[in-house]
Amino acid sequence: MQPAELSAVDLVAAIRQGDLTAVQCTEAFLERVARLDGSINAFLKVDREGALATAAAIDARRKAGKPLGALAGLPVAVKDALCTRDLPTTCASKMLAGFRPPYDADTVARLRAADAVIVGKTNMDEFAMGGSNENSAFGPVKNPWDLARAPGGSSGGSAACVAADMAPVAIGSDTGGSIRQPAGLCGITGLKPTYGRVSRRGLVAFASSLDQIGPMARSAADCALVLETIAGHDPLDSTSLAADVPRYTELLEQPLTGLRIGRVADHYAAGLDPEVKRGVDEAFAVFEAAGATIHEVELPHAKYGVPTYYLIAPCEASSNLARFDGAHYGHRSNPEGSHRAGSGGQAFESPLVEMYCRSRGEGFGPEVKRRIMLGTYALSAGYYDAYYAKALKVRRLIRQDYLDAFERVDLIGGPVSATPAFKLGEKTGDPLAMYLVDLYTVATNLAGVGGISFPCGFTRGGLPVGFQLQGPALAEPLLLRAADRFQRLTDWHLRRPKQIA
Amino acid sequence: MTKPAATPEPYTTVIGLEVHVQLQTNTKLFCGCSTKFGAPPNTQVCPVCLGLPGSLPVMNRAAFQLAMKAALALECRIAPFTKWDRKNYFYPDLPKGYQISQFDLPFSSDGWLEVVDPKGAFARKVGIIRVHLEEDAGKSMHDEAAGTADTRIDLNRAGTPLCEIVTQPDLRSPQEARAWLNELKLLLVYLGVSDCNMQEGSLRVDANVNLHIPCPDGSVAKTPIVEIKNMNSFRSVERALIYEAARQYDEWQATGAELGTTPKQTRGWDDPAGVTRAQRHKEESSDYRYFPDPDLVPVTVSEAEIAAVRASMGAPPTVLRTTLAERWKISAYDADVLVNQGREIVAYFEEVATRVGEGKVASNWLQQDVLRTLNERGEAIAAFPIRPDALADLIGRVQQGDFDTSRGREIFAEVLASGRSVADVVASLGIAAVGDDELIALCRELITANPKIVADVQGGKEQAAAGLIGQAKKKNPNVNPAKVRQTCIDLIKAM
Amino acid sequence: MTLARKDVAKVAMLARLALSDAELDTMTSELSKIVGFVSLLEELDTSAVAPLAHPLDTQNAFRDDVPRPSLTTAEALQSAPHHDGECFLVPAVLGETGAA
Repeated sequence: MQPAELSAVDLVAAIRQGDLTAVQCTEAFLERVARLDGSINAFLKVDREGALATAAAIDARRKAGKPLGALAGLPVAVKDALCTRDLPTTCASKMLAGFRPPYDADTVARLRAADAVIVGKTNMDEFAMGGSNENSAFGPVKNPWDLARAPGGSSGGSAACVAADMAPVAIGSDTGGSIRQPAGLCGITGLKPTYGRVSRRGLVAFASSLDQIGPMARSAADCALVLETIAGHDPLDSTSLAADVPRYTELLEQPLTGLRIGRVADHYAAGLDPEVKRGVDEAFAVFEAAGATIHEVELPHAKYGVPTYYLIAPCEASSNLARFDGAHYGHRSNPEGSHRAGSGGQAFESPLVEMYCRSRGEGFGPEVKRRIMLGTYALSAGYYDAYYAKALKVRRLIRQDYLDAFERVDLIGGPVSATPAFKLGEKTGDPLAMYLVDLYTVATNLAGVGGISFPCGFTRGGLPVGFQLQGPALAEPLLLRAADRFQRLTDWHLRRPKQIA
Repeated sequence: MTKPAATPEPYTTVIGLEVHVQLQTNTKLFCGCSTKFGAPPNTQVCPVCLGLPGSLPVMNRAAFQLAMKAALALECRIAPFTKWDRKNYFYPDLPKGYQISQFDLPFSSDGWLEVVDPKGAFARKVGIIRVHLEEDAGKSMHDEAAGTADTRIDLNRAGTPLCEIVTQPDLRSPQEARAWLNELKLLLVYLGVSDCNMQEGSLRVDANVNLHIPCPDGSVAKTPIVEIKNMNSFRSVERALIYEAARQYDEWQATGAELGTTPKQTRGWDDPAGVTRAQRHKEESSDYRYFPDPDLVPVTVSEAEIAAVRASMGAPPTVLRTTLAERWKISAYDADVLVNQGREIVAYFEEVATRVGEGKVASNWLQQDVLRTLNERGEAIAAFPIRPDALADLIGRVQQGDFDTSRGREIFAEVLASGRSVADVVASLGIAAVGDDELIALCRELITANPKIVADVQGGKEQAAAGLIGQAKKKNPNVNPAKVRQTCIDLIKAM
Repeated sequence: MTLARKDVAKVAMLARLALSDAELDTMTSELSKIVGFVSLLEELDTSAVAPLAHPLDTQNAFRDDVPRPSLTTAEALQSAPHHDGECFLVPAVLGETGAA
């Protein structure tokens, strides 16, 4: 049996039945990491010893007849934006060099409690800011379908490691599309749950009112399995939802008869790649064949999503990232450095201010600096109303669009990205072009609702095309059921990249 | 409102205060770390108050309720909807790079607190602009002498709940400011909102001050407003304001600079030197980029919740002064002294007064004996060895005429020193009540021995009987002087 | 939309970011473009719209005033760039630098 070929659901079952040990399973994936990750760069840290020790302990407990958790023995890769008590957490930034969190993120704690095996921390855009994973301080991740192309971002490492079968499931985070877009570009399935469904505690904040953790896996059924473990109320996260967690894995069976799926005409505006359009159209046809009905809906303020997002997220980020100042943890500039003055030749008012400015100037990469600058500017005296407050008002309009649309349809379908995976370096010189890769995904976060993306075809060049479904608040059972039904009727999600097979 | 006391100064001092008080909770505002003062550095910290990446705040319900108590006692309006904002600035005792505070929607506003000088020098109703909740910063310890040495950071205090109370510029003299702060402190201590210990930093005051100077042409010149910081006691608040008012007047005479011509200045009070000094002005430091904290959700408060908090408050000092004076028939001055000593003293007083059935005598003993002794011993009433029942016992014996007040004081001192009961001490000192027969025999003896006094009394000069009391006390120290006097007069008149 | 270089330098100081001259040039032109892009929102009339700071409608998330264990001092200081075993150490808050 080749563990890498099994779904997460099957792996957990095989380990529970004793057909496979947790150690065998973990070793099989670690072997692929050792063989493949040199060319993909999906991992920032592989915890071989820790993972094998955990796996061995699970096997011993199984042998002793002791109860095992719901994910017993399942290898999981975790985005390096989540704090892990025994592993460095860097957010792919030099700024967090040397940082060892003294605590586990809630999601990590839940995974450990369910006896999952944490195999390592995945590469990402620095502080989750980016859509290509090229903003990592530790080098870009390569798309397993074409190593010259980007995997998308910011959860590019999580997407690529699943696509290359280096882990059966991975944890990502999605602030404006960072789970769904790389899942789409890497041909895997990624779920961004409703805001507050998964605790944010221990997720290094990018934009607190938008951030949400979610599962990334080869199938919707595997995502359902992981979500069941990581979702739930956390009394130590004030923004965590108190609603009960449904048994997602048991709600997949019901057929889609009568399901109303909305199609947004604006999604087909200029810029949508014809091959992506074809994949999306075919996906709608599959859903129709499965008993769903397709309805045209409008999201009139959708075109304001990206500018709204690029005000709100940087404003929150400028404050969230203020704590990275070299005082209590992370990178501190060597005081004997070269320049003695601040930007534009301003004098530093004290050795402390000099340390702050230089530590942050050295520790953050260009995109993080841009967003901190943009957010600081938009919140500063005289600009708050024109930018931040204005964006909050448009945010309400965008959310209202969704509330109105979900009066008429159950889910909204469409592309996840306008193009398939683009070439590494193709957009790095133009920040605005990079911002537009979030076109179809940011509004979900602004509205606080959920979305799932999954493969719906391939280009002639062999690159995956992703389809996105968005649903109302707490519609995860429906999103997962629809995606799972699609995957029972198609095999796009079972295809594997040739280069790394 | 009474007229302010006439001041010799040719100006009016206009003062507004900004007071921060730490709330008496077990844990911090947004995490479960202890708020106890005096622990070794960085032992009461967790990922939240250290500002570690990924940590999230959760609001302490008790802190919100204590803050509501304070606001209600200050007659503030409680907002039905309030939220948390981030105040962004970089400082190493603020590990997140922002302070969680309240900006445009504080939980309460528009109140007042009146201070009345018991001697009638002033009565001032001071408006409260707002009361809001925020988290405290940690402590930075710098060695100023060493100059460039490292600053040490202790984050134990970071995240302690603070109430910020901002007044209208309604105070009109440094003396009023000090008296008002005393009244505020008394109120907050009464409510159990804060211990208001300035030495431990649980109450901090900044003052905004300027002068209104009447000019010969009938106009009023206003000097630029100065904010004074670093005042470590109410006495230094008063001293700093006196100094600053004089300084502003000198400066106005020298430069004529008026309000609005210069940016607001901040000056620090140098207590040993007795002067205020200009502090460095940071150009961008006031751009705090406030915005709603996305890690916290808003708070709504219902009328029922407000009523419940109000019901749990107990009488504030102002009300207590009146009720105490009325209930126990003591003077306003006496009620003021007792109430100003705090809730425990008032409770002690009321128990003594109830047991002896009279307020005035209880108040006298409290003020002249108990409070003086507490002062000398540096003790709190809770630790005072003579409990209310014992003091009431002692006062009762004096009232019955067992012995006089000065003898009672000796017994009080002996009870305090020995820790024994009043009855024990009375017995051991040989103080037994003098029986009626014994007293009459003693008085007859004195009358026989003092024919001159007898003649004077018979001649209508009853006061001459006082001459017998000293002699009676020599023969028996336990006799009650008043009884001796009355018995002798009665016996002489019956002759 | 064009931002002035000196204003961008001021924002950099507010954000405590030391930028080289070259970075400041690039930042000025990029920020100008991005600010121009987000200004697309100006075309919407939002005078009757209330701001939405947060997607959640929930309120009153409280916890009880019950102590939870703190970290040890060693854990608190474990990632500090500079400490003395008790306190975090940072460069002097007061005092001047030899700034150019």
